Amino acid sequence: MTGEAISVRVPRRSAGHDLRAVKIVLHREMLRFVNDRTRMVSMLIQPVLWLFVMGTGLGTLVRGAIPGVDFRTFMYPGMISMTVIMTAMFSAGSIVWDREFGFLREMLVAPVSRGAIVVGKCLGGAVVAVGQGVVILAMAGLVGVPYSPGLMLTLLLEMFLAAFTITAFGVTLAARMKNMQTFFGLMQMAIMPMMFLSGAMFPLGNLPSWLHVLTTVNPLTYAVDPMRQAVFSHLSVPAEVNAMLNPGVQWFGWQVPVALELGLVAAIGAVLLGLAIAQFRRAD
Amino acid sequence: MATEPAVAVHELKKTYGKVEAVKGVSFEVAPGEVFGFLGPNGAGKTTTINMLCTLVNPTGGSARVAGHDVVAERDEVRGNIGLVFQDPTLDGYLTAEQNLRFHAELYGVPKSVVGDRIRQVMEMVALWDRKDAKVMTFSGGMKRRLEIARGLLHSPRVLFLDEPTVGLDPQTRAAIWGYINKLRRREDITIFMTTHYMDEAEYCDRIAIIDHGEIVVIDSPEALKASVGMDRVQIHTGDDEAAIAALRERFGLEAAVREGAVTFAVAGGEQFVPRLFAELGLPIKSVSVSRPSLDDVFMSYTGTTIRDAEAGGGNEWMKAMARR
Repeated sequence: MTGEAISVRVPRRSAGHDLRAVKIVLHREMLRFVNDRTRMVSMLIQPVLWLFVMGTGLGTLVRGAIPGVDFRTFMYPGMISMTVIMTAMFSAGSIVWDREFGFLREMLVAPVSRGAIVVGKCLGGAVVAVGQGVVILAMAGLVGVPYSPGLMLTLLLEMFLAAFTITAFGVTLAARMKNMQTFFGLMQMAIMPMMFLSGAMFPLGNLPSWLHVLTTVNPLTYAVDPMRQAVFSHLSVPAEVNAMLNPGVQWFGWQVPVALELGLVAAIGAVLLGLAIAQFRRAD
Repeated sequence: MATEPAVAVHELKKTYGKVEAVKGVSFEVAPGEVFGFLGPNGAGKTTTINMLCTLVNPTGGSARVAGHDVVAERDEVRGNIGLVFQDPTLDGYLTAEQNLRFHAELYGVPKSVVGDRIRQVMEMVALWDRKDAKVMTFSGGMKRRLEIARGLLHSPRVLFLDEPTVGLDPQTRAAIWGYINKLRRREDITIFMTTHYMDEAEYCDRIAIIDHGEIVVIDSPEALKASVGMDRVQIHTGDDEAAIAALRERFGLEAAVREGAVTFAVAGGEQFVPRLFAELGLPIKSVSVSRPSLDDVFMSYTGTTIRDAEAGGGNEWMKAMARR
């Protein structure tokens, strides 16, 4: 047994202290993820199924229509975003778990700002999702996407942005939720239509106008499109096929630039983050 | 600073809608004291503790903890208190040490002492050898010990224990009290606890009995017991019904069957026993006389036993509100 009690003086709250809080909340997210192999594998199964089973099957059907491009190559950026989104939502959902098992209380009674905890959680979700996305990135060669460093870096950054925004969305949803079932029910309800309407699974050109309108108001569209544009810019594809598979997003006939799309995702992320923090402040 | 109370509460109130969970309580806790809140579930204990811990904003009145106002100086209060809740607040997927490290970072414990301090508090609750085990593999008692260690990690000036041993077996309860007593001697700390176990309240320097959101009385356990002035007598007979009737008829005493024996309170219990044998008119198998327990104290101040007060119903809703 140690002798004298080691006395600890807890310093007054400061920016440095809040930063430590952000770091440890982030660190915990990563520890939790690394410890949970089942989750890691299950999060990967879905996109791999889509990519290699659905992609191969559908590919035989549309081969004639898109000469020179493997349909799986088209689906690839969509599946990256799908992986990232599912992982990010699960991370956000852990807030509900934390509430159910009491750990959230340990965080909320600490002398740190709510903002630090929410930012840590969102960064954690984003980092974990990107980690999962890297596994899909590693499969690029299998679907004919070149391992170009520039492309990989671009995709990583775009993944991070998408994951951060989705985690912020999930945390905003989870802020008030008392049990996991409700959260995952709601999450399915929100994520499925967003996935379908994002261009992750089929090209957004030549859609009937009602469907086109829905895809342009879907925020996920602006997360998926930059990834697809990045992938296609590293492929040599006949112009007409590129126009069909990678039409970009148009607002009343105006081509939305990638920078604006990314800016939009970032802005939505920032707003959602603010909302999530406000939710936790109010919870007092 | 030395003379300032560790906890000073003045007319503290909390209402949820029309329900007055806490109806204006006032008390002070001196530095170094072990102060207990004793009362049935739903009496307002948890609500009061939540207000003192800055988790719930009071509807009225004021409270200062470790010299800081619980509303205006929330973060200062939070940095100076340790909390052990009724329900566990550990992350079962992390190891014991990771849980403590998380806490140290969140509370801004200086990096140079984090490792030593973690070791010290874990040794205090005899969990150092289990530091690398996942918390989900721990028993209820080990989890509670780890939570106590965590509550102490940042050297709080006031440690709040909300029902520290509820749901634990008697052996583990005794062990936890062993740690709490050791802690009192080792660390310069004030302990504020709630309990509805009478035997636990005996460990306190002073007790506040709380019922229906009001403090009924505050005093040391000895003084409270002395104030009752009655001893508790328990007898085993062949016919409890007849014995109760006879006690009422011959001695004017109200008795009831508690813990399987006919139980009643009487002044000067030892002197009463010979009269009892002589005049009851029924065979008595055994008799025991005991000094009043805190159960009797609670009974004499509130007119009901803790267990009966809890069975009274309507409390579940209050509890649900208090937990929010």
